Amino acid sequence: MHFTKDHEWIKIDGDTATVGISDYAAKALGDVVFVELPQVGDAVDQGGEIAVVESVKAASEVYAPVAGEVTAVNDALEGAPETVNAGPTGDGWFIKMKVADASQLDALMDEAAYKEYCEGL
Amino acid sequence: MAELKKTTLHGLHTALGAKMVPFAGYDMPVQYPLGVMKEHLHTREHAGLFDVSHMGQVFIEADDGTWETAAKALEALVPASIVDLEPGQQRYTQLLDDNGGILDDLMVSRINMPGHDHLLYLVVNAGCKDADYAHLDTHLPDGVRAKVKDDVLSLVALQGPKAVEIVGALNPLIRKLTFMTHGEFELNLPDGPIYAHISRSGYTGEDGVEISAKHDDMVRLVGHLLEHDAVEMIGLGARDSLRLEAGLCLYGNDIDTTTSPIEAGLIWSVQKHRRGGEGYKGAARVAGDLKTKTRRLVGLKPEGRAPARAHTEIQSLDGVKIGEVTSGGFGPSVGGPVAMGYVDVPHNKTGSTVNLIIRGKAQPATVVKLPFVPNRYYRGV
Repeated sequence: MHFTKDHEWIKIDGDTATVGISDYAAKALGDVVFVELPQVGDAVDQGGEIAVVESVKAASEVYAPVAGEVTAVNDALEGAPETVNAGPTGDGWFIKMKVADASQLDALMDEAAYKEYCEGL
Repeated sequence: MAELKKTTLHGLHTALGAKMVPFAGYDMPVQYPLGVMKEHLHTREHAGLFDVSHMGQVFIEADDGTWETAAKALEALVPASIVDLEPGQQRYTQLLDDNGGILDDLMVSRINMPGHDHLLYLVVNAGCKDADYAHLDTHLPDGVRAKVKDDVLSLVALQGPKAVEIVGALNPLIRKLTFMTHGEFELNLPDGPIYAHISRSGYTGEDGVEISAKHDDMVRLVGHLLEHDAVEMIGLGARDSLRLEAGLCLYGNDIDTTTSPIEAGLIWSVQKHRRGGEGYKGAARVAGDLKTKTRRLVGLKPEGRAPARAHTEIQSLDGVKIGEVTSGGFGPSVGGPVAMGYVDVPHNKTGSTVNLIIRGKAQPATVVKLPFVPNRYYRGV
């Protein structure tokens, strides 16, 4: 699993990847009440907006960790947005995507580096 | 930036693990470890305790020692009728500018204590209080003075269905208060009594009280109240969602100097004989807005699940801008998004469908009557 400075995670499985927000992000946002997801087939740039997550407090954008094409969205979040808080790196995933250029992953943090990054915030 | 002010209970908030944020010049708790959602629901089910000591507490007193002089002086600055207040009665009103714009909204009470019922007691918003004090100093006539008590008094609110039962255990007479009345009470704490000014009112739509006491006494009272299982500290986050569901205006969001009490749907706070266009600052606007219908603050219930935040554009179904959301978010008790905003006449009618433009997309919403959650004020049996 890799992480961005904006607190997204990405997990690679072959040439597809699953993307969500980190435990740190879910805690910081508080109770998630709505998630706006992209359409399957949408092309996304690295750092481009893929979703908006609304907590009781505010709306926050979620960005694509790498470029690619959206192949699936987690429809379950529509009826149960609280899943993001319950399992941000599990059932609370946002999208699956076909990765355009796997080398873009190299610039992301691994779990240990991300942990250190969060501790410094 | 000037250093943030702290309320007397600041140390308690940080000890409880509250997330603190700057609010109206104070370092205030936005939420405790429980979180906004649970704090909100706890208040509706049990009792929530709010530190609102950042708000301004002011007494108005006439040099001649009479009620009439003090009441008439304030009545020249607000649309509510003040002179006819009985001792122990409280009213909600607004300070208006010459154009009828709202400088602040506030609670006004006539003190109910022998020898002191010539006094008016005001609670004003934290973000407006310095300007309010200056406004009062400038516009109250000679011989009437506003005495600010923020350096002496703290203020908390205990809100929810269990609130009065809990505070009533410290003095059973408190249970006899009805909505929008108040009194002075001795509270029998285990480590000795304190004296407090208690009103049966609040900002959540629930039954409950607001309690004013001297700083040191308030620390003791809050410590005692928190020993009760039904009492949780509640932050500004849930205070906002509770008042929004209750359809109550937030100064700076829903009302300001560009809005009049009539536009804001506050006609209920302007007694009939005060609607004629004279008698106080801004009276002409109040009377004028009753005749010429422009826009009105309404409740908006989005059909989907996306919250519409403040400043979201409101459009008619044919795409014309007809207003703007002034407060919006997720209503934990409603279980979905709720909002308030100004909508131009005639689109403001209850049951009308409008579009909210959220991130560029039109999301349908229905104009609804406020509040979103029925008020549970205690008006006596």
